[in-house]
Amino acid sequence: MTDLTKLTIAEARDGLKNKDYTSLELTEAFIGNIEAANASLNAYVTVTADKARDMAKASDAKLAKGDGGALEGIPLGIKDLFATKGVHTQACSHILDGFKPPYDSTVTSNLWADGAVMLGKLNMDEFAMGSSNETSYYGPVVNPWRKQGSNQDLVPGGSSGGSATAVAARMCMGATATDTGGSIRQPAAFTGTVGIKPTYGRCSRWGVVAFASSLDQAGPIAHTVRDSAILLKSMASVDPKDTTSVDIEVPDYEAAIGKSVKGLKIGIPAEYRMDGMPGEIEELWQKGIQWLKDAGAEIVDISMPHTKYALPAYYIVAPAEASSNLARYDGVRYGLRVPGKDILEMYENTRAEGFGEEVKRRILIGTYVLSAGYYDAYYLKAQKVRTLIKRDFDLAWQNGVDAILTPATPSAAFGVADQELHSDPVRMYLNDIFTVTVNMAGLPGISVPAGLDKDGLPLGLQLIGKPFDESTLFQVGQVLEDAAGSFEPEKWWG
Amino acid sequence: MSVDTDTVKRVAHLARIKVSEEDATRMTGELNAILGFVEQLDEVNIDGVEPLNSVVEQTMKKRPDGVTDGNKARDIIANAPASEDNFFIVPKVVE
Repeated sequence: MTDLTKLTIAEARDGLKNKDYTSLELTEAFIGNIEAANASLNAYVTVTADKARDMAKASDAKLAKGDGGALEGIPLGIKDLFATKGVHTQACSHILDGFKPPYDSTVTSNLWADGAVMLGKLNMDEFAMGSSNETSYYGPVVNPWRKQGSNQDLVPGGSSGGSATAVAARMCMGATATDTGGSIRQPAAFTGTVGIKPTYGRCSRWGVVAFASSLDQAGPIAHTVRDSAILLKSMASVDPKDTTSVDIEVPDYEAAIGKSVKGLKIGIPAEYRMDGMPGEIEELWQKGIQWLKDAGAEIVDISMPHTKYALPAYYIVAPAEASSNLARYDGVRYGLRVPGKDILEMYENTRAEGFGEEVKRRILIGTYVLSAGYYDAYYLKAQKVRTLIKRDFDLAWQNGVDAILTPATPSAAFGVADQELHSDPVRMYLNDIFTVTVNMAGLPGISVPAGLDKDGLPLGLQLIGKPFDESTLFQVGQVLEDAAGSFEPEKWWG
Repeated sequence: MSVDTDTVKRVAHLARIKVSEEDATRMTGELNAILGFVEQLDEVNIDGVEPLNSVVEQTMKKRPDGVTDGNKARDIIANAPASEDNFFIVPKVVE
């Protein structure tokens, strides 16, 4: 029998319908891969094998009758940020120790309603704060990719590092992820997978542990552009429980795949050509431009003068919102409690022990920029700069641009415990330089694997779209995928 | 703008995070690196620019004021580190 874990979601959907194999067989194959690989890769923080088998059997019963939803019997991994009823939901933080919500997030409810099977909860940076999955309380996730001839462990990116590794190492068919500054697209680029952050308001944030509420969005990581379209269709919804959920019907994203890009206008922003950017990234970008040109798209140079200010503005807005959101972790209602002589000391002890260093850093920055006398100088200014960043994009759309092509990251994956990156927090933040603009403007962005660097590590290209025009990203993304091909790491783990 | 160790301690107290002398010294350097980085924003002319409060042009959704959920006291205290009779237990706060 063929290795079922090598199938795409689209293929498995057809195979299940044709009864070539059952969801239980498919699910067992992934449980086997998880058991073999997790000790080396640390992608899962909890494996829900029994629950997965029960869900798979229920799906098989439906499939046998010719029923079933869009994802009937498809085994998925879920980022630890999503509330899952009765199952480990801790944002990979010590402060949420033992937390098991009595409800599911809207996104996961949508997936289960469509028949998906849950394999377990995926590792991530603590509270989604990080670009390397090294801030997790559960230890770093390891990238299944290694440099040619090297056995050094590399990071899978972050914060959705567990999601990216689990997909790339065939430990699930697809995964949920979230993106506040690049946390879907950067790990996708580092692992040779596809990741899309939809428009702000497309996926409900209800039941997703909050980091920065004006920036957070859920989206999928998968093997192919088509698979990510299938997953997003099920994850997205209009939700009365999230007031920022937008009242626009979710389109059939798959219908956009295979459509010609002839005549589409693709913008190339000059300001994404950063000083000190490796030559390989520039070459990859040029290759992407050529592929789209060959497919009939019209390439236009555009200017987005406020690009370089997106990251500094983000490091005011995101910590400010995080410091408010994370105020709820006080040792009273859930999670960790560390006693103290009075309630104040209990709060301080709990938060000192429960939060990791990066999370503390961001809470302090956020508290400082929101403190009396500094609000105008920091937060208000950052929100004004955000208006200008969004205006750069609005101008491009007004000039007829359909989508924007940029590199996804300024480098390929780097080493676990990289000394240089850890000595200066700002250097780690620069990983998100190409992705963070998209969150600041609330736009959709997709990262598509586009090639390998000189060491044999994957690199991605990013497409940015108009609000709620994810369909165009899937349409253009498919052209990139067709030209670039797909990328599979050489198996070295268990 | 930069912060000194006393400011870091004051902010940590506002954020209800206990910091040791050693933590505060280390964090002072880290926070100043970040504050130095965001100083770039001073180059941007923001005269007459409105702050972006929502990326989506949508009026706030409203619903009729009514009871839509409830009677879940048990669910609500289920994850509490300490509870009794559907109440959260905390150290004594009033003498």
